[in-house]
Amino acid sequence: MSLAHDTFSGFSINRVYALVLRYTYLLRSSWPRLLELVYWPAVQMLTWGFIQVYIANTSGKAAFAAGTLIGAMLLWDVLFRSQLGFSISFLEEIWARNMANLLMSPMRPLEFVAALIIMSLIRLAIGLGPVSIMAILFFGFNYFAMGLGAVLFFINLVLTGWAVGLAVSGIVLRHGLGAESLAWTVMFIMLPLACVYYPVSVLPDFLQPLAWCLPPTYVFEGLRALLIDHTLRSDLMIMAFMINVILLIGGTTIFMVLLQKARAAGSLLQMGE
Amino acid sequence: MLSDSSTLIIALDHLVKSFASANAVNGISFSVAKGEVVGLLGGNGAGKTTTIGMIMGLVTPSSGSVRVFGVNMVDRRYEVLHRMNFESPYVDMPHRLTVRQNLDVFARLYGVEHASDRIKELAESLDLTEFIDRAAGQLSAGQKTRVALAKALINDPELLLLDEPTASLDPDTADWIRTRLEAFRTRRNATILLASHNMAEVERLCDRVIIMKKGQIADQGTPDDLIRRYGRTDLEEVFLDVARTGALQKGETR
Repeated sequence: MSLAHDTFSGFSINRVYALVLRYTYLLRSSWPRLLELVYWPAVQMLTWGFIQVYIANTSGKAAFAAGTLIGAMLLWDVLFRSQLGFSISFLEEIWARNMANLLMSPMRPLEFVAALIIMSLIRLAIGLGPVSIMAILFFGFNYFAMGLGAVLFFINLVLTGWAVGLAVSGIVLRHGLGAESLAWTVMFIMLPLACVYYPVSVLPDFLQPLAWCLPPTYVFEGLRALLIDHTLRSDLMIMAFMINVILLIGGTTIFMVLLQKARAAGSLLQMGE
Repeated sequence: MLSDSSTLIIALDHLVKSFASANAVNGISFSVAKGEVVGLLGGNGAGKTTTIGMIMGLVTPSSGSVRVFGVNMVDRRYEVLHRMNFESPYVDMPHRLTVRQNLDVFARLYGVEHASDRIKELAESLDLTEFIDRAAGQLSAGQKTRVALAKALINDPELLLLDEPTASLDPDTADWIRTRLEAFRTRRNATILLASHNMAEVERLCDRVIIMKKGQIADQGTPDDLIRRYGRTDLEEVFLDVARTGALQKGETR
């Protein structure tokens, strides 16, 4: 009853725009926030880029020369930053003690989610745009040269990031800022299992089925297939997309159910720093 | 004030809210008619904020019903949220946004037509013009309260919920806020539910007072009626009587 009502009733683009405006006002007013978006991805890219150059020079491995490390690092940041961009915009409301104002307004939860998704994309563009150009200038690695592959990798990774961001935001709504650290750390659970920097075959046999449950695993396998074998594995992309649909439904359900539970627990009135 | 159901703006019926094993609100029923200003009094932990939370739809009742404009706030609140608003010192607005940006965002969220005209109008009536382009976090407590009131009035609400609207303000600023609230009520014929610890404020603004104690309604009536029945000179003394010795039984006077 009210869960379905909360989820689907009266969606308004104007209210989504109002929220996006609120977050862009915030970004524009704070140069440290803008710098933070670019700084860490740039440091990461340079570090992994130089490691790649070193390994390629000393071992002569063609895979490294093809840019698998730096490509994987850029895609990992797409995954991590899409989740973080979603979660940080959400946390800004709690840090500002503004959540009750929003939830008391006619804003629907799904409009809030839509605005967080748009902000995740804007933050990704600000953060990874310059870093992608740096990768071309420093290491000759052009992410955009992967063409359709680049688009499919990006879509699948941001979908996973949003699904995790939704679940984390729901947990913070229900349990308050005590759960805030999840926003910064939860994605790193995926780092070893999603096989970002090595093939799935490296994992012990018992971990491999678990790895194949994660959409990013398909993306990173697909990246290596594209860079090393010059083959776009559409089968991997389709599997990743299908699991992402399930994750997104799960993430949205977790967010909505935990919002309901926060109402029941009375915790929405006291949300703040 | 007696009213037929068509003019009831708020109607609570045997409302209960339990947290763990304790009842924060324990079976209260009351209604507020159109144009009425009702004060909700009670000590800390009496259940005022939880009651207001349930009226806003931010807290789900354990049992009983809460209807606003005739709509059940548990499952149909989006039908009426654009007709109401609230202010509380325990809720803030984004500090890095300017006053104008904050009001702009809320005007859009509430679907206010001609938002910039409305913001200008509020800036003039609430004396915000001088600092409207300053970051909200840089304002004094009194200025912040005026901005919070502007946000609460942005959609020209028919129902205004106020949780301690003048808490921590100096007497001059608090009086200034009360004057603006009186003007708004008169112009809009708005309904106001006001939770406050300031008895002078309640006496001045409210047509009727509901005193809560331990999650229940201990007593209610007009300020004059309560003062007369308790044989006191002001509402503060009535409040202390109820808090320390308990409410009068029906028909009893002191």
